[in-house]
Amino acid sequence: MWLTPEEWSAVRLSVQVGCAAVACGLPCALPLGYLLARRNFPGKWLLELFLDLPLVLPPVVTGYILLRLCSPRGWLGELLQHGFGWQIVFHWTGAVLAAVVVSFPLMVRALRIAFAGVDPRLELASRSLGVSPWMTFWRVTFPLAQRGVWAGCVLAFARSLGEFGATILVAANIPGETRTLPLAIYSAAQRPGGDTAAWRLVILSILLAAVALWISGRLERRVVAS
Amino acid sequence: MSWLQVDVSLRYPNGFELKVNWSATCDVVAVMGPSGSGKTTFLSLIAGFLRPQSGRISVDGEVVFDSRLCLSHPPERRRIGFVFQEYLLFPHLTVRQNLLYGSPQPTRIPRRISLERVVEMLQIESLLARHPAKLSGGERQRVALGRALLSQPRALLLDEPLAALDDVLRDRIVRDLSRIQQEFALPILFVSHDEPMVHSFAQEVLRLQQGSVVVGTAPVTE
Repeated sequence: MWLTPEEWSAVRLSVQVGCAAVACGLPCALPLGYLLARRNFPGKWLLELFLDLPLVLPPVVTGYILLRLCSPRGWLGELLQHGFGWQIVFHWTGAVLAAVVVSFPLMVRALRIAFAGVDPRLELASRSLGVSPWMTFWRVTFPLAQRGVWAGCVLAFARSLGEFGATILVAANIPGETRTLPLAIYSAAQRPGGDTAAWRLVILSILLAAVALWISGRLERRVVAS
Repeated sequence: MSWLQVDVSLRYPNGFELKVNWSATCDVVAVMGPSGSGKTTFLSLIAGFLRPQSGRISVDGEVVFDSRLCLSHPPERRRIGFVFQEYLLFPHLTVRQNLLYGSPQPTRIPRRISLERVVEMLQIESLLARHPAKLSGGERQRVALGRALLSQPRALLLDEPLAALDDVLRDRIVRDLSRIQQEFALPILFVSHDEPMVHSFAQEVLRLQQGSVVVGTAPVTE
């Protein structure tokens, strides 16, 4: 293949970060999306505001806040370092954290719409048949909403692939360790004579996004067919 | 003892209040009344979909709601079959899967109504592999009835079971309901605007108007 080992590493890391961001975000996005779709409660608007903030904040602002929180002298960083021996800053997990934070609102939004599209009376019908709310969720609500759930995951994955501003602050731009695809493009574009490499990576980014959309379409069709 | 005793009060923020103090004296009861009189709300309170502000509900001798004891069983613990006006079959499941959806483990609740008997009685064998989207209104109604029966309920509530059906189908569903009631000795409470159905099937009529009982049996006595 025409990619250098360093560029391959950036591609692998980007896919790894995107998958990890979806895997970390989904367990929290599922209950939150359901809660926002189904319940009204005091302070709901505040929760929505907080969740949507990363959508409108410049990613650099999000990254700076995360850097201050997760650096060894930040309260969260100190807790993770001393409690679990985890280092977030300047590590690939920092890129995952940045990706989770910026992609989470998109995922929650997609899931909320997906759950809102399921008739709540179907849940009542299920419960009148002796099935608990927990099992009703997994046997009725989730299967009927899963098209939107997968779409939300693909959206979050795609957003994670493109994450730049927060990642460069939290994880930095260390080749082979934290340099994701956007950071590799940035580095190539900054380097004299790096245009060819930058174009290779740009084309690859477009291909990856197209593959993500194709998979999303396949998943949706499979759900409809079943 | 009556299979259903209801003494409840529910007030909505818009001012509508449902106040019912009534107990069933017969096994097949029709709930009638003009639109907005609280018929569906009444059924929802018994099924546990809504919670009254105060009162007490007992079904088949078991108290399922008592505001003084802060007791309120959720719908899944009441064992009351509910057939919705729009049937609400699960669209992602086949008819067979819909029928077996709420069928409990025999070790938990004795299974006195079997899939085979329900399929035979409602004549839905040819529908078992289909999805609800491929069924007619009458077929959906029969599947919804079968699904409720297979959850082994101790009573059946039906919200306007004939509302969307033509005359031929109405007669058929009424015949099915009579057979179900007789064969399984299952008390039935149904909401209906259909006078002929009420006269041919119901043994007792509860009339509601603006949230209150205007004609019914004697109120609950403790």
